[in-house]
Amino acid sequence: MILHRRALILGAAATLAGCDRLAKNATVRETLFSAENFHKWAQRSLMARDALAHEFRPDQISPFFRPNGTANPNTPEYKTLWRNGFADWRLKVGGLVDRPMSLSLAQLHGFRHREQITRHDCVEGWSAIGRWRGVPLKQVLDAARLRDGARYIVFHCADDMGGGKGYYESIDLTDAFHPQTILAFALNGEPLRVANGAPLRLRVERQLGYKQAKYLMAIEAVASLESVGGGKGGFWEDHAGYDWYAGI
Amino acid sequence: MDSAPWQARSVPRHRLATRLWHWLNALLLYVLFTSGLGIFNAHPRLYWGQYGANFDHPWLRLERFGSWITLPAHYNLAMSRHWHLTAAPILAFALLFYMVWSLFGHFGRDLAFRRGELAPRHVWQDIRDHARLRFPSGEAALRYNVLQKASYNGVLFILLPLVILTGLTMSPGMNAAWPWLAEMFGGRQSARSIHFIAAFALAGFFLVHILMVVLAGPVNEIGSMITGRYKVPEARP
Repeated sequence: MILHRRALILGAAATLAGCDRLAKNATVRETLFSAENFHKWAQRSLMARDALAHEFRPDQISPFFRPNGTANPNTPEYKTLWRNGFADWRLKVGGLVDRPMSLSLAQLHGFRHREQITRHDCVEGWSAIGRWRGVPLKQVLDAARLRDGARYIVFHCADDMGGGKGYYESIDLTDAFHPQTILAFALNGEPLRVANGAPLRLRVERQLGYKQAKYLMAIEAVASLESVGGGKGGFWEDHAGYDWYAGI
Repeated sequence: MDSAPWQARSVPRHRLATRLWHWLNALLLYVLFTSGLGIFNAHPRLYWGQYGANFDHPWLRLERFGSWITLPAHYNLAMSRHWHLTAAPILAFALLFYMVWSLFGHFGRDLAFRRGELAPRHVWQDIRDHARLRFPSGEAALRYNVLQKASYNGVLFILLPLVILTGLTMSPGMNAAWPWLAEMFGGRQSARSIHFIAAFALAGFFLVHILMVVLAGPVNEIGSMITGRYKVPEARP
C-alpha cells in the first residue's frame, strides 16, 4: 500500500503541476477568470434587485468582531484626523455628480440612519456577525444627484497599501442603491474602532469582506472602471486577481 | 488480478450519458477537491453555527494541506477560487441533467433496490462476499449488487447534492437569493463544515471505487466505462 500511496501522491502532484501550467495559458486563464460573469449573471437573475441579506437576532452577534486587512492606516494624515476625534475628517463625494459634496461626520449623522445585524463573510472562509449603523449610500448619492452616465461608485480609502497608494473598491449601481448598502459609522452600538475602519466604512451585504472598504475618504461616481487603479475596480482585484463581483 | 477466464461474450453495460458524465465528474471532482483544499488553506479551521472566526471555537483545526494536493500547488487563494468556481457550476448542471436523465430508465433499471435486497440477511451476505473478494460472475455480474447500489445512490442523490448546496450556501449573493439554504444547514459556518465533510466522503468513495475497480479487473472495468461494452465473467461452478 506504501507504493500505492506514493504512486497516488506522485500522480496527484504531476497532474496538479499540469493544471498549474495550463493556468498560465492565456485562454485557459481567461476562461477561469470569466466564471465570475456567469456567477454574477446567475445570482442577479435568481434574486430580486433589492433582495436582502439575512439579518440576525442580537443574541447571534459574534462575541468579538474580527478585524482583517489594515488594522490601522498609521499614516501621518490619518493620525492627525484620529487625534482630534475625526472632527476635521471629511467625506468627499464627487465624480459624475451634479452637486459634489464634502461631508463631516456630524453632517452624515444628520441623514436618516439604518441599523442591521448582518454576517460578514471573508473570502478566506470565516464569518463574523455584527450590528452596523450608518447612512444608506442611496441617500448620499441622491443628495449629490448622480449624473446619467454614472455606472459605478468607487470608494477611496485612507489606508496606504504601499507606495502611497490607498485601498480602493467599487460597486455597481444595483448594489449602490440596495437598501442594506450603508456607510457605517458604528459597530455593535459604538463608534467604529480604528481596527474596524474608523470613522466610516462601506457595508455592501451581498458581497464578500474585501468589498467592505474601510477608512473611507472619498466616493466617486464613474462611467467605467478602466481608469480606476489597475482597471479591475479594486485593490485586491488588481493586485491578487480576486473577482470584482464578490457575491460568490 | 485479471486472471478470471473471460467468456468471449461482451454486452452493452454503460450508456453514453453515463460514460460522459463519469469522466466529466472524474475531472471536475479532481479539480474541485484540490482547489477546495487550496481555499481551505486560507482559513484551516471549521466551526458549527452562523459565525466563526479566529476568536471563536473551531471543532476542527488543521495544518495547511501540502502543495502536492492543492491547486495551485503554491498558496494562491484567488487562483484556487477561479478553478473552483469555474468547475462548480459545470458539476452542478451536469448532475442535474444526469439525475433527470436517470429517471427515465437508468434509475428504475439499475439503481433502485429490488424487493428483498435490503433484507439484513441479503446485505450481510453481500458484505461477506465483498470481504472475501468474491465478485459476482455470470449474469449476476451484469447487475449492481446492494452495496454498489447503496454507494452509487449515496453519491448521486446525497453526497453530490449536499456538496453543491453547501457550496452555494457559502456565497453571500446566494444568501440573499435563497435564504432557506443557510437555514437548512444551520448557518454558513455549518454549511462550510458539511461541505468539507462531504468533500472528504467523496474522496473516500473515490479511493474505495478505485480499489474495487482494481480488484474486479481494471482492464474490463475501465474499458467498459470507455467503450460501454463489458465482458461477462464466466459463471463460477
